[in-house]
Amino acid sequence: MAEEQFQFTAKAKKRLSILAVVGVVLLILGIFSASSNSHHADEASHGEGTEQVAESHGEEAHAGEEHAAEEGHGYHWSKRIFANLWINNMYFVGLALLGVFFVAIQYVSQAGWSAALIRIPMSFGNWLPIGGILTLLIFWFGGHDIFHWTHEYLYDVNDPRYDAIIAGKEGYLNTPFFLVRMVIYFVVWFLMFRWIRKKSLEEDLNGSSKYYYKLRGISAGFIVFFAVTSSTSAWDWILSIDTHWFSTMFGWYVFASWWVTALAAITLITVILKEQGYLKIVNIGVLHDLGKFVFAFSIFWTYIWFSQFMLIYYSNIPEETVYFIERLSSDHYSIVFFVNLILNFFFPFLVFMPRDSKRHTVFLKIVTIIVLIGHWFDFYLMITPGVLKENGGFGLLEIGMAMIFGVAFLFVALTGLSKYPLVAKNHPMIKEAEHHHVF
Amino acid sequence: MESGKNFIVGIFDDESVLLSAVKKVRGSDVKIHECYTPYPVHGLDDELGYKRSRISIAAFMFGITGTCLAFLMMIYMMGIDWPMIIGGKDYVAIPSFVPVGFEVTVLLSALGMVGTFFVISNLKPYGKPRIYDIRSTDDKHVMAIDLAKNKKSTDELSSILKDSGAVEINEKKF
Repeated sequence: MAEEQFQFTAKAKKRLSILAVVGVVLLILGIFSASSNSHHADEASHGEGTEQVAESHGEEAHAGEEHAAEEGHGYHWSKRIFANLWINNMYFVGLALLGVFFVAIQYVSQAGWSAALIRIPMSFGNWLPIGGILTLLIFWFGGHDIFHWTHEYLYDVNDPRYDAIIAGKEGYLNTPFFLVRMVIYFVVWFLMFRWIRKKSLEEDLNGSSKYYYKLRGISAGFIVFFAVTSSTSAWDWILSIDTHWFSTMFGWYVFASWWVTALAAITLITVILKEQGYLKIVNIGVLHDLGKFVFAFSIFWTYIWFSQFMLIYYSNIPEETVYFIERLSSDHYSIVFFVNLILNFFFPFLVFMPRDSKRHTVFLKIVTIIVLIGHWFDFYLMITPGVLKENGGFGLLEIGMAMIFGVAFLFVALTGLSKYPLVAKNHPMIKEAEHHHVF
Repeated sequence: MESGKNFIVGIFDDESVLLSAVKKVRGSDVKIHECYTPYPVHGLDDELGYKRSRISIAAFMFGITGTCLAFLMMIYMMGIDWPMIIGGKDYVAIPSFVPVGFEVTVLLSALGMVGTFFVISNLKPYGKPRIYDIRSTDDKHVMAIDLAKNKKSTDELSSILKDSGAVEINEKKF
């Protein structure tokens, strides 16, 4: 078998760069409109009337800003940038991490079907160090904007803003411990990813089953660490935004969202590479299985989503329902709330239900792109209402920021992919993948 | 016995012989009614030229019926027949109907699929299943050919079966 190597061509780089430039332009336009709108809102609160706001901003977000201006809370448009940075950062860190998790799962379960495409999820892990640095930087500069609990005065009994509930969580939620956890997660994730990649590349050169057993061991270790940290990181980075609120499903909910995102990304990249003439060894049965994975875990996500929603809805305890009230009885978020369900459940569920749709690359591409967009909205819905309250919006700023992050992620992952052979040729299951046949 | 359908039945010892026999028999323009094997033989469906089973369509239909019935039942009970306020919710609190709706969907789709399978396999009550050769439940592979659906004579068919490796050839009337 000829050695297959992915070429990250100048043409592809140029296309991605153009996308990134478009993203930057959209972002700048978005920031401009958000900041100017914010000033108008201030004027409006001084009795200038609301027409100006509506005129300058369309339907988008004006009611919320008026509201904030009336209440006089310190909302500044820069908060929206931090919220967006955090949404995208969480989304892409998850993608990178769950790519490594996919690899680990394949080794631990001794899966044969995926052996030919194992290098694609492996390349996602290259984003981990960058994601780690970004997480640290965004927390450093925007921590107070994103996380209410980082404010010192909440823990000071003599301060009028003292918050007994948050102070009660101080043992876990304090900045030093938070930072230590963050560093541990990223360092261990990254080192384990490096280790897996190293052994897998050595297997290419030397070809012995001892690498396979070694990889299985490392992967098992990674999964144990991941099992704990995927939940705790979700509490730290996303659940703690709504500090008063808590949900025992939350770690699983974020995991489900990350996992189906990663599966969709793996499927999409595999299909696109295959269409460009790479990965001849990956047959339609493997694509079918990837489609089944996206289908199954879209339903799994919905199951977790519904379990969380249903219990809170049914027990009707105010301190729990507030999370959904913020999202459902809001002008901006209620639409996103239902869009989230349509894109992430009804669409993949109904389109991927017939067998043949999972065996056609057109459908695979459409559904995975929709799922990738849908789960971005899922993270939007988890983070924005907690950070921005009623001042959140969706516009050019969000689109531009997501594009920049997406291009950066693809750049890093594809550069990583082009550095080693595309197919793990000495993988002991490679023949099984080649002859993989599903009904 | 009333003259029903006439079948010619070939008995095979080995699954690989059966597979090549199916290829040969179909190659000489003979329509095979069905093969019966003691265990699933890999690749036999492809050789027999079977299309994919449409049972999944039946499953979907039964499932969607289950969803509708469950929701109608709960909406009727909770909203019309005996309205009750539970936990401060509306009478018709759709989210709390979802679990029951899901269960009834699964139940009807599973039972419906089993029922459909019984009907198309002639396993209905008072239906007489056709047993071409009782040894197909033990150690023999059986190929049944419907005489009415083939233009060839019994002798011709027998010789085709014999050539393709059948150890025994019987005639069977139902």
